Amino acid sequence: MENITPLLQMKQISKSFPGVKALDQVRLEVRTGEVHALLGENGAGKSTLIKILGGVLVPDEGEIYFDGTKVEIKDVSFSESIGISVIHQELCLAPNMTVAENIVLGREPSKGPLQLVNTKEIMQFGQKILDQFELDIDAGEYVGNLTVAQQQMVEIAKALSKDNRIIVMDEPTSSLTEKEVVKLLDTIRGLRQKGVSVIYISHRMEELFAIADKVTILRDGTYVGTRNMKDTSYQEMVQMMVGRELSEIYAKPTVQPGEKIFEVRNLSSGTRVKNVSFSLCKGEILGFYGLVGSGRTELMRTIFGIDKAVSGDIYLNQNKIRIQNPQDAINCGIGFVPEDRKEQGAILIQSVAYNISLSVLDNLIKWFQVDRRQEDSLVDEYINKLSIRTPSPEQKLMNLSGGNQQKAIISKWLAMKPSILILDEPTRGIDVGAKKEIYSIMSALAQSGVSIIMVSSELPEIINMSTRVITMNQGEISGELTMESEITQENILTHATGGLKNESEFSKL
Amino acid sequence: MKANSQSYSQLAPKKKDSWKKLPVVHFVISNSGILIALIGLILFFALTTSTFMTTSNILNVLRQISINAIIAFGMTFTILITGIDLSVGSILAASQVITIGLLFMGVPIVPALAGGILIGGVLGLINGFVITKGKIPPFIVTLSMMIMARGFSYVLTGGRPMSFNNEILSFIGNGYIGPIPVPVIIMVICLIITSFVLNKTKFGRHVYAVGGNREAARFSGIRISKIEMMVYTISGLLAGLSGVILAARMSSAQPTSGSGFELDAIAAVVLGGTSFSGGIGKIGGVFIGALIIGVLNNGLNLLHVSSYWQMIIKGLVIVTAVYVDSLKKKKRT
Repeated sequence: MENITPLLQMKQISKSFPGVKALDQVRLEVRTGEVHALLGENGAGKSTLIKILGGVLVPDEGEIYFDGTKVEIKDVSFSESIGISVIHQELCLAPNMTVAENIVLGREPSKGPLQLVNTKEIMQFGQKILDQFELDIDAGEYVGNLTVAQQQMVEIAKALSKDNRIIVMDEPTSSLTEKEVVKLLDTIRGLRQKGVSVIYISHRMEELFAIADKVTILRDGTYVGTRNMKDTSYQEMVQMMVGRELSEIYAKPTVQPGEKIFEVRNLSSGTRVKNVSFSLCKGEILGFYGLVGSGRTELMRTIFGIDKAVSGDIYLNQNKIRIQNPQDAINCGIGFVPEDRKEQGAILIQSVAYNISLSVLDNLIKWFQVDRRQEDSLVDEYINKLSIRTPSPEQKLMNLSGGNQQKAIISKWLAMKPSILILDEPTRGIDVGAKKEIYSIMSALAQSGVSIIMVSSELPEIINMSTRVITMNQGEISGELTMESEITQENILTHATGGLKNESEFSKL
Repeated sequence: MKANSQSYSQLAPKKKDSWKKLPVVHFVISNSGILIALIGLILFFALTTSTFMTTSNILNVLRQISINAIIAFGMTFTILITGIDLSVGSILAASQVITIGLLFMGVPIVPALAGGILIGGVLGLINGFVITKGKIPPFIVTLSMMIMARGFSYVLTGGRPMSFNNEILSFIGNGYIGPIPVPVIIMVICLIITSFVLNKTKFGRHVYAVGGNREAARFSGIRISKIEMMVYTISGLLAGLSGVILAARMSSAQPTSGSGFELDAIAAVVLGGTSFSGGIGKIGGVFIGALIIGVLNNGLNLLHVSSYWQMIIKGLVIVTAVYVDSLKKKKRT
């Protein structure tokens, strides 16, 4: 076996973006009919590697061999023409078009010089594909009307409907229920038997052990190693991924949480938050976990006054408060670091100093203008306290690494001295070193009496940082884990995917 | 994508109501808001004036809107891909000048007309080329083209109007085929062709895909720059065609003509239910949008409302119609 030329070889691939080296001399070898897992933390470079393979990005350096011959994957059509299909992590469907139209998008069957398309034909083809995967979705439905999980399945069906030699799945199960995961894994086994290779990216270890033949591990944009799945262990993979012992990264606060300071009762908003009640104690880190589309982010947006609550009450120190817009929330001492740094968290084209002082300018005003000396000292204080690595406070935020951007955003909120801080995906897309720093900042804050709500879809983070965990499923709270010993991967996933009724599906994995 | 999702439910014909899938029925349902507005306006003017509901006046309204409608059909393509074309009014003037200018130089009528349309296509192609290759926002590129094409018309005419008499030319502008004015027939042909292109061709699908989710379109192997370039060329061609019709209608060319036409076209597109966030909108709706504007202009004139008040009323109608439409969309979710 070993001397057969691999179907795909990627050699010494490097790719830089302004401010980061996303990939540095990375390699990957995939054989025919092999399920090859790609493992690494967020920001390790998996998605960049996949985008290069799919023709979305062009590498700065490196060579790609397909079926033994050297190829230059310069665009998406080329990648597709040699039989590579990528299911990207961010959903790539047009919401204004029907399911069937999306399935055939870019390769619509067409006739004549005018390239006429036949709607009926497209619809039938789409429905056939959907039926083949036993999906209960109408091919004529608009994608914008589907749930996130349904969209994910459509995306998978779209990729599988092509004649492919390699299918790349980037976190395909992140929004699927256990049942759908089981179906997907069965489909992958079927593909393997037909000689199709699958590159499979997932954080869920049990899936990797169930399906993968080999695993390649990346860390901070570099290649760490490739192992046969049956010769490796959970421990070894995590160590390769993280580069150090787990206990060195996480820093759970050691003090006991204090009295209850904040409470939400029967809160509903939109279609994604249904009758949610929970409370928050002083100095705790409350982890919120749920699959994509479970309503976690929407809940936080409602609490912070971005989305309008339809019903329900919020109490601060036993007093009922009304939050109708973010300004109200800020006045009540609530801070919110949003999920999407680029769009909601910061003004990237402005300087570090500008971003940190933005929300407390009122306090810095002397006469009619901002007192520069006071502003500088505030900015310096936070740059030191959170060790933000920047050549100067005047550096534009977009030139900093993701981790340092995130620290600047957290500084902005800390400058307001909040008593409650909501962090939505606080470590998304940042490297391990910066993660560690953010964890210790969170821990120090909690020790000093700030209550933290941490929304995250990274299980290790939830498990190792939270003093208490709440899971959400389809807009409702589906479970609460208070005891240290209860906070385990199995418990969290069981609650997050809709409780114990699906438990039997687990054993089939 | 998330913020937009509310607007998609209105597009979806529900599963079992197969009668709702009949094109005519579906068209009426999905445009119910503006159709009601249009019918309301027609009823209002029919009751308040004695002349509105006559065949000759209705044909007159159709002829008056033909130029705006044709420009708006092209504008729809650009707005569907989250772009805009501000240069259409100036392109119209340039094409008008070129058509009359060519006739002046002794060029036969057919090539002269073709030349007018073609100059529109070329200017549109330049728009598309600069937008895609220079990666400059469409607003800025077409704004510059708006200024330049206007200047071009002034340069060619020396700022003076030119006139030229020709039977065929006059027939295109003022003639009838049966009882129907020729410009109206041209408008209907444009309506059918553009609607066909958007709904029935691969290119049309790709226009909707680029507008709905640019990244998804790119990941599906669609060449976005090619689509964009074609879209701006189409917009230019249709503006050129309108210029030729206007030249024919007046048997002359004026370098000042067509200013502000881009705004009327955008108003028709928006009234027609096209979303500024892209990917949603149909030519049929845009036609109704153009009709509403035309009926308003005509009816208010018949009522002897001063043109200053007409502007205020038009603005109010546009913003109200779009607001009502957005309420309707929110309700469906």
